Amino acid sequence: MKLITLLVVIAGVIALAQLAKVGQLTSLIRNKREEDISAADTRLNGGLFVAFMVAFYASFIWLIIRYGDYNPPAASAHGETYDTLMNFNMYIIMAVFFLVNTVLFVFANKYRQEAGRKAKFFAHDNRLELIWTVIPSIVLAVIIIYGLRTWNEMTGEASDDALRVEVYSKQFDWTARYPGADGEFGLANYNLITPTNPLGIVTADGVAGALEEIEGQIASLESELAHERGTLLAQIEEVEAELHAAHDHGHGHNDHGDHAEHGDEHHGLSAERKAMLEARLHDLEHMLEGDDVVVLSNAAVEAKEDKVHRLKRHRQRIMEVKPFDYEGGVAAWEAGADDKIMKGEFHLPVGREVEFVFRSRDVIHSAYMPHFRAQMNTVPGVPTRFKMTPTITTDSMRTVLDDPDFNYVLLCNKVCGAAHFNMQMKVVVESEEEYNAWLESQEEFLADKEVATESDARAEAADLENNESATL
Amino acid sequence: MAGHAHHEESFISKYIFSHDHKMISKQFLVTAVFMGIIAVMLSIFFRLQLGWPGESFAILETFLGKWAPGGVLDRNAYLALVTIHGTIMVFFVLTGGLSGTFSNLLIPLQIGARDMASGFMNMLSYWFFAVSSVIMIFSLFVEGGAASGGWTVYPPLSALPQAMPGSGMGMTLWLISMTLFVVSSLLGGLNYIVTVINLRTKGMSMTRLPLTIWAFLITAVLGVLSFPVLVSAVVLLLMDRSMGTAFYLSDIFIGGEALDVTGGSPILYQHLFWFLGHPEVYIVLLPALGISSEVIATNSRKPIFGYKAMIGSILGIGFLSFIVWGHHMFVTGMNPFLGSVFVFTTLLIAIPSAVKAFNYITTLWQGNLRFTPAMLFSIGLVSTFVTGGLTGIILADSALDVNVHDTYFVVAHFHIVMGMSAIFGMLAGIYHWYPKMFGRMMNTKLGYVHFWTTLVAGYGVFFPMHFVGLAGAPRRYYDYSNFEYLDFVMDLQPIISTFAIIGAVGQLPFLWNFFYSMFRGQVAVENPWKANTLEWTTPVEHVHGNWPGALPEVHRWAYDYSNPDFEEDFVPQTVPVKAGETAH
Repeated sequence: MKLITLLVVIAGVIALAQLAKVGQLTSLIRNKREEDISAADTRLNGGLFVAFMVAFYASFIWLIIRYGDYNPPAASAHGETYDTLMNFNMYIIMAVFFLVNTVLFVFANKYRQEAGRKAKFFAHDNRLELIWTVIPSIVLAVIIIYGLRTWNEMTGEASDDALRVEVYSKQFDWTARYPGADGEFGLANYNLITPTNPLGIVTADGVAGALEEIEGQIASLESELAHERGTLLAQIEEVEAELHAAHDHGHGHNDHGDHAEHGDEHHGLSAERKAMLEARLHDLEHMLEGDDVVVLSNAAVEAKEDKVHRLKRHRQRIMEVKPFDYEGGVAAWEAGADDKIMKGEFHLPVGREVEFVFRSRDVIHSAYMPHFRAQMNTVPGVPTRFKMTPTITTDSMRTVLDDPDFNYVLLCNKVCGAAHFNMQMKVVVESEEEYNAWLESQEEFLADKEVATESDARAEAADLENNESATL
Repeated sequence: MAGHAHHEESFISKYIFSHDHKMISKQFLVTAVFMGIIAVMLSIFFRLQLGWPGESFAILETFLGKWAPGGVLDRNAYLALVTIHGTIMVFFVLTGGLSGTFSNLLIPLQIGARDMASGFMNMLSYWFFAVSSVIMIFSLFVEGGAASGGWTVYPPLSALPQAMPGSGMGMTLWLISMTLFVVSSLLGGLNYIVTVINLRTKGMSMTRLPLTIWAFLITAVLGVLSFPVLVSAVVLLLMDRSMGTAFYLSDIFIGGEALDVTGGSPILYQHLFWFLGHPEVYIVLLPALGISSEVIATNSRKPIFGYKAMIGSILGIGFLSFIVWGHHMFVTGMNPFLGSVFVFTTLLIAIPSAVKAFNYITTLWQGNLRFTPAMLFSIGLVSTFVTGGLTGIILADSALDVNVHDTYFVVAHFHIVMGMSAIFGMLAGIYHWYPKMFGRMMNTKLGYVHFWTTLVAGYGVFFPMHFVGLAGAPRRYYDYSNFEYLDFVMDLQPIISTFAIIGAVGQLPFLWNFFYSMFRGQVAVENPWKANTLEWTTPVEHVHGNWPGALPEVHRWAYDYSNPDFEEDFVPQTVPVKAGETAH
């Protein structure tokens, strides 16, 4: 089927080309040149410009009728202002669009070539040029002033009693964090990220956990390297060489008479050393026969050794995480213990200003919430902010849209890898009471660690798998 | 130089390592056409996935092999295709291809010079371009695939091989290719500037230059000032990738490991990139506007309206293009006040742009329009320039950008204003100067078929995308079915993809016409379009040094079409001013 389509296309092009060739040959006979455009062609193209314009406008209107309600009502306070500004700009640009395109296509048809007519010599007209410099300038001034007023409103400081929510991104999901009862977010440090502490929150437990994790990784890598077959063989060879050298020396193949008396002291082995070497040899041979011997290429050994070095530096950085206090005496070091961490969905109270603080673990993502007309990039190493006030609860929006399954979403809008297209989180807007009840029911970061550990570890494992399959 | 005109040249020195600007221009053009074919094919591949997500297409498996197992595009391959499509189109087709072809062809011919100031540098410029093209194509075939982080290759995504497969070898090759590309661009640009400033023939004052030359000159200035910044961005990125520096990296935990880097900023890269990236938009667009000025004036048989205002607009656009880059970064967390400044400067660009659009239309008014294919494409350009430019007003407004940033609305905007306009300008240039390049005419009827399918398909692809974007559909998504709120606009996707296929097929008559006419086209006459500029006073058969005899002398501007003081409707620049005539 596909092949047939392809063949039809190719045949079509060849036919077209042949037709053109025939045309070219006949015009050669009639002594017609390519640059002479016939009156028929001129009429045709002029007419096509007008026809195109009509079809273009008709499809534009069809698009507006069918897809013009592209957005459900804005669900945030600034979103309403945004929509008004958008409509204002849209009306202006659509007016200019229709005006200029109409003039262009109509002129194209109207002034098409006619034999014997000479074009008007009209090189410049300062008054006209002034008009179409000044009018756009005035319109643009209005657009700029109106736009910047809205921009300042949107980007102004959040009020002091705004709810603060941290939104954290990584390949390929979102996590939200609420500050807990003390109203302060715990410090976070990317060095402390472990499967049980996905945001790297700084607490005594966090530091200990991260250290334990790193020690574990270092130990397992070092043990693996110790059991590498090639390394073992090399070590055995080294030990045997030393033993043999001592042995040979003892039999007195001594060409350097002068050094003979020192020779024994220098090259011979003390009984102690010899016993140790033999024990070592025995151990190595034993290890070589063990089940945990691995075979690695030189490159792999090098990579693992590199990794051990990196992990040791990582361990060093963890040990450098020092306790300190926020202004006002809250222990930043411990503020994170009661933070609440959400995966999959997070809730917001309607009518209350919320200030998002965005952080990213790995690459740049963009937190995009189209229903709230809100977007901000999340940048590793550089926290960003965005404030808004949700105005319509999820339930009301479901009624308005007559869609019981509707949900607000937070999605990623900066390309971030293979699963970028499905990096989303559900946002629930509800009444203050419902919100409070929900937040109350959520666990604190360090409460009931067992459960959190297990499920997070599973999620982490799934993530890793996702990443892995993405990299294949 | 004229003395060299007649010595025999070997095949290699004539066709391969030629120093002749006309041959180099043809080399650029043919390379760009091949790169364009590849870029269009890549776009069709990913448009198949977007139009009919998850469906199997045998053609995908045929071309992409393990990247489309079972005929379904792999999601990493999708990102690689999008990235390389963008890179090739922006840099290789519309920068190298457009400027390389027409600046090379027209600068010496239209200013009355024997050749470029340095033929050797000019040759190097092409060969750096060729090598960089080859590396870019080659990067499609390495393990892990080509660069996949979008044509802007933002770090950390592009800096960390563990972030995605495309950030491995493919990314390294991308960076090397771009570095070579910039070298090519600088060698070319310096040459263009020096040639225009120094080698104009007698009488060719700056205010008698055709607008093409003004456009190429300012384009070259933009390139020379901005491309080095891209190189620094690229080199710093290479160092972050391979030498453990941290210009763009900080506090990153990836692949189960906390990286050893702190203190860098990913945003720094964006500033550096867009400091080139925005002028780049005009590096792409200005030559197209220059070409259409020339084509519209010639085929309207009228002087271009407001010649001085047109130069002013080019200068204004060129200057402003350096102070607007931040509008690509409104949602990166930049200081809102800085954002306001960029809103202001960006919207200012609309003024010279409006002047240009109105001047084109006034040039058509009461003209005697000759519908050559070049003229059709130029009229199409005016339409796309206006249609696409207007949506720029929405995007330049930082407040509005928040909700449409990185959505299909942006894709629609820049494909119409930059993609379609620049391609139309380039095609207009090819149809118009083909007789000068190859000594033969292209077939006009095939040109008509080409224009109308391209115009309809182009708008058919990109116009509906505005609605997809306004509904909140992010760009660079492999599949949109995970978001219920987008379902209702997604039935536009198959329509868009169908138009894309029509558009691609519509290029076949052009390719046929282009290659067939080189050998079998009607033999051209010296001045087929009855144009005023100097290139049409050179012989059809190319000679080294351009004019067999003395260089022509210029007595008037390039736009004396339908001058009432003359019988004919055109007055070549070499015609002396008559008594009683008001000279320009």
